[in-house]
Parts: sequence; structure tokens; C-alpha cells
Amino acid sequence: MIILFFKRALEDFRNNRLLNFITLLTISLSILIVSTFILFFINTSDMMNFWKKGLRIMVYMKPDIAPSEMPDVGRQIKSLEGVRSVRFISKEAALRQLKSQMKRQTSLFENLDKNPLPDAFETQLNANFQRWEKLEALATQIEALDAVQEVEYGQQWLGRFNQIFHLFTLAGYTMCGIFFMAAVFIVANTIRLVIYSRRDEIEIMRLVGAAEHFIKIPFYFQGLIQGAAGAGIGLAILFTVYWYMASNIEPGSFSGLIAIRFLSVPMVGVIILLSMLVGWFGSYISLKQYLKV
Amino acid sequence: MIEADAKRSIIRMFHVHHNYGTKKALIDITLDILKNDFVFLTGPSGAGKTTLLRLLYLAEPVSEGQVLIDGMNLSRVPRQRIPLLRRKFGIIFQDYKLIANRTVFDNVSLVLEAAGKKRRLIQKRVNGVLRLVSMEDRQAAFPPSLSGGEQQRVAVARAIVGDPKIILADEPTGSLDDDSSESIMKLLHGVHIRGATVIIATHDKTLIRKTGGRVLNLRQGRLEGSSIIEKHYDNSIF
Repeated sequence: MIILFFKRALEDFRNNRLLNFITLLTISLSILIVSTFILFFINTSDMMNFWKKGLRIMVYMKPDIAPSEMPDVGRQIKSLEGVRSVRFISKEAALRQLKSQMKRQTSLFENLDKNPLPDAFETQLNANFQRWEKLEALATQIEALDAVQEVEYGQQWLGRFNQIFHLFTLAGYTMCGIFFMAAVFIVANTIRLVIYSRRDEIEIMRLVGAAEHFIKIPFYFQGLIQGAAGAGIGLAILFTVYWYMASNIEPGSFSGLIAIRFLSVPMVGVIILLSMLVGWFGSYISLKQYLKV
Repeated sequence: MIEADAKRSIIRMFHVHHNYGTKKALIDITLDILKNDFVFLTGPSGAGKTTLLRLLYLAEPVSEGQVLIDGMNLSRVPRQRIPLLRRKFGIIFQDYKLIANRTVFDNVSLVLEAAGKKRRLIQKRVNGVLRLVSMEDRQAAFPPSLSGGEQQRVAVARAIVGDPKIILADEPTGSLDDDSSESIMKLLHGVHIRGATVIIATHDKTLIRKTGGRVLNLRQGRLEGSSIIEKHYDNSIF
């Protein structure tokens, strides 16, 4: 029976080529846009996690703090929740490092009569403290210490990037919702038109004693096939674009930082299933509305 | 008009009325049709022949009265059991009602597919009935490529393939020439001989005289009388 229903659904594809082509195109485009967003989201998350792993808070000391007080300040910072390790960088060590980094501009340092750099602590964080909100709270706590002049953790760019990322996430969810509804609407409309074009046939089927499920199941199959095929085409286009871009990016330009990856197999499976669900749902709406007994 | 006991009846109607809006299509119809009866429902156009047939296969609801098919009261049939009830019937229409984009074989096999029969059985039964209606050579053809007589033979094949208890034919020869009409009537007679109850709605008196059987006269929605006409067919071909 399943084979028969499948055959009937495929016959409908053959008999209503243009209609089904438009539906496939719409589903493919929807899946392509949604998958592109997911791909972007996954890779951006990877990138953010990578950056967060290297996240640290630089704590600059007030100039009047004696070197003998530094171990105490270090212990105070270390005792705060979320701090993994603390490394003291004296102002002399900082200047040496700066000079070694700026070997070609040594003249800049020639006229310095005193070291302008402050003593500092480089503070590494625990993994669970790499969320933006927790990081900010910890930085505020450190800054409140008497000996501390200033803390620096890239607050501005990190905050801005975080905001943009959240904005993208929100836009992505909205887009997913809109394309989901658009795809359901288009499938429902196609099935409605197919029902209309086959109204005589449906009437005949009823007269010869066909049960409702016998009439309806091929339409559900049609919706499922449209969903699966649409997802397949959309993902294939995305993979082709990804593959082309990945093979044209110069080795090392990104790979030193992070590898861009395609959607995982389970993710592809979920997208195909969701697309089939969209097809099924479109059929369901149409059948409920236009194929009443 | 009740002429037989309930055990021998396959269709019983008690004071049936049917209206289309304010127009009365059937008025106080009471009748009994026996198992293996061969019945003509006759009368002029608009007498209510088609409406009466449509009530039997539940294409129309009964406005008033009771209809019993094989002991089943139609007003108490739940919606999901309507397909099962319709499988008791083989229905033939004047306009054939074949599915244009399906082959002759597929049009006939639809009845068995809808009843959930196995593929092998479907193949065997459909080939058998197509042979009976002399359409086995055209089984891959599509209905629009067939003549009217051929299409009606396919419609008869579809009506009998499920081995129904009752055959309902609404003007089955209405748009056919004499030879095709005779061939269709022979087929229907053959089905009757094999045990089915056949009800034919027609206004063609010549056809009734040539075929013979029980005749129910309808006029302006009322049943006006019943008569028996001698049969003339040689049924040896069945």
C-alpha cells in the first residue's frame, strides 16, 4: 500500500510539474537561507568560543603601590570566584617586552627618563566565567580593589561583538520563523491546487468506496517528498558554495585561528526532517481545509 | 408497495422524501427491492430517478423517511463507515466518470486498491473483468482515446470488479449507439445472472422492452406503479 501511495504522489509530481517546481524552488530557497544562517551561527559561535578561551583581564596597579604589597594584591585577585590564575608582570618586565616587540622603533625609548608603564597582573579565567555578563561582574570586583588603577579586557569591542551576535541570533530566529511560515503556506497552496485539479478523481474515488486515508495519504506523501527534495537541493547548493569558498581561501589565513566547518551530519538530518515536517504540515492544512467529507 | 419479507429484501425505503431547497425531488417513496432483482427505474426527465439512486449510495442525505441497504439503516451510518457501505455498490454513470489520466487497468483496479486488496489478486481480477467486457487489449489505453461504448464497458468493469451486491446504473446507455447499448445491457444482465441486484435508471422504454425485468415508474417524485416485463436476452455468453 505504501508503494502505491508513493507511486500516486510521484504521478502528481509528473502531472503538475510547474506547480511542484515552484514549490520545490520555494522550499529550497527557504532551506538555503535558514541553513546559511545556521552555518554562520555555528562558525561564529566557534570563533567566539575560541576568542573567549584566550580571554584575560589585565589589572594595572596604581603607581604608588610598593612592590612588597604586590603578592597580597595577587592573592586578593586569585581569591575571587572565577579566577584561574594570576601572573605578576612588573613594569620593568613590561617595558622589556615592549622594547623587544618594537625593535625597529628603539628611538622612541631613548629619551624616556622614567618607565611610564604600570605594574600589572595578567588574570586568566575559569571556563565557566567566559560569559560576557560574568566577565564584566568580575572585572568590576577587581577594579574595586584599593591597589587597582584600571582593568582592561577589551570591554568595548567584546561588548559590541556580543551585541551584534545577539542581534544576528534574533534576526536568524525571525528569518527561520518567516521562512517556515512561507514554506508551509506555499506547500499548502500547491496541495490545494492539486486537490482542485483532481477534484473529479477524488469524487470518483469516494464513489467507489475509497476511505479518506486512501485519498489523503498520497497528498501527505507529496508534502513529505517536497520537503525532503527541497531540503536536499537547498543543502546541496549551500555545500557547493561552502566547498568553493573553502577551497579558495588561502591556507593559513583562517586556519591558524580556527577551521571553518560545514553542518554536521546530524544537523543535516535534522534540517531535512524539519523540512519534511514543513511539507507534511502544508499538506495537513490544505487537506483539513479543502478535503472535508 | 411493500411486496416481500425483510429477509429477501436488499433495499427497503419507507416514506422517503427528499428536497432540493423548496423543490420536492422525491415524495413519500416506499419500496422494496429483493436480492438478485433486476429493476428498471423509469420515468421522464426530472422524475427523481437519479436522486433516488444518489440516496442509495449516500451522495445525498435523506431529508425524511428511512432507507435500509442490506439491513443497514442509512441514517445511522457513521461517516467513517460510508466507504464500506459504498463498496456494496457498483455504480455506472451516463458520463462514465473515468479518470482521464489513468489507464483502463488503473481505473478498474482503483476499486480493489481502495478496498486494500493484494496486488496479485488485483491483477488477476482486473484482467478477468476486462476480458469479460472485451477490453483486455485496451488495458493500457487512457479513457479519452476510447469510444463512448468502450468507456462505458470500462465503467461496467469498474462497477463489477469488486463483486458488489448491488449494481446501480444511471442512464448507462444514454449516450451510446444501439450496438453499444445492447452490449452494455448484456453485460449488466450477466452480472445479474451471477447473483447481483441490478437497478437501472432509464427513460428508454425500448431498452426496457428488449431487456425485461421489474419496472418501477416514477413521476414528479412519486412512485406511481410497478410492473414486470418478460426477459428476452440469451444469457449463454455468461
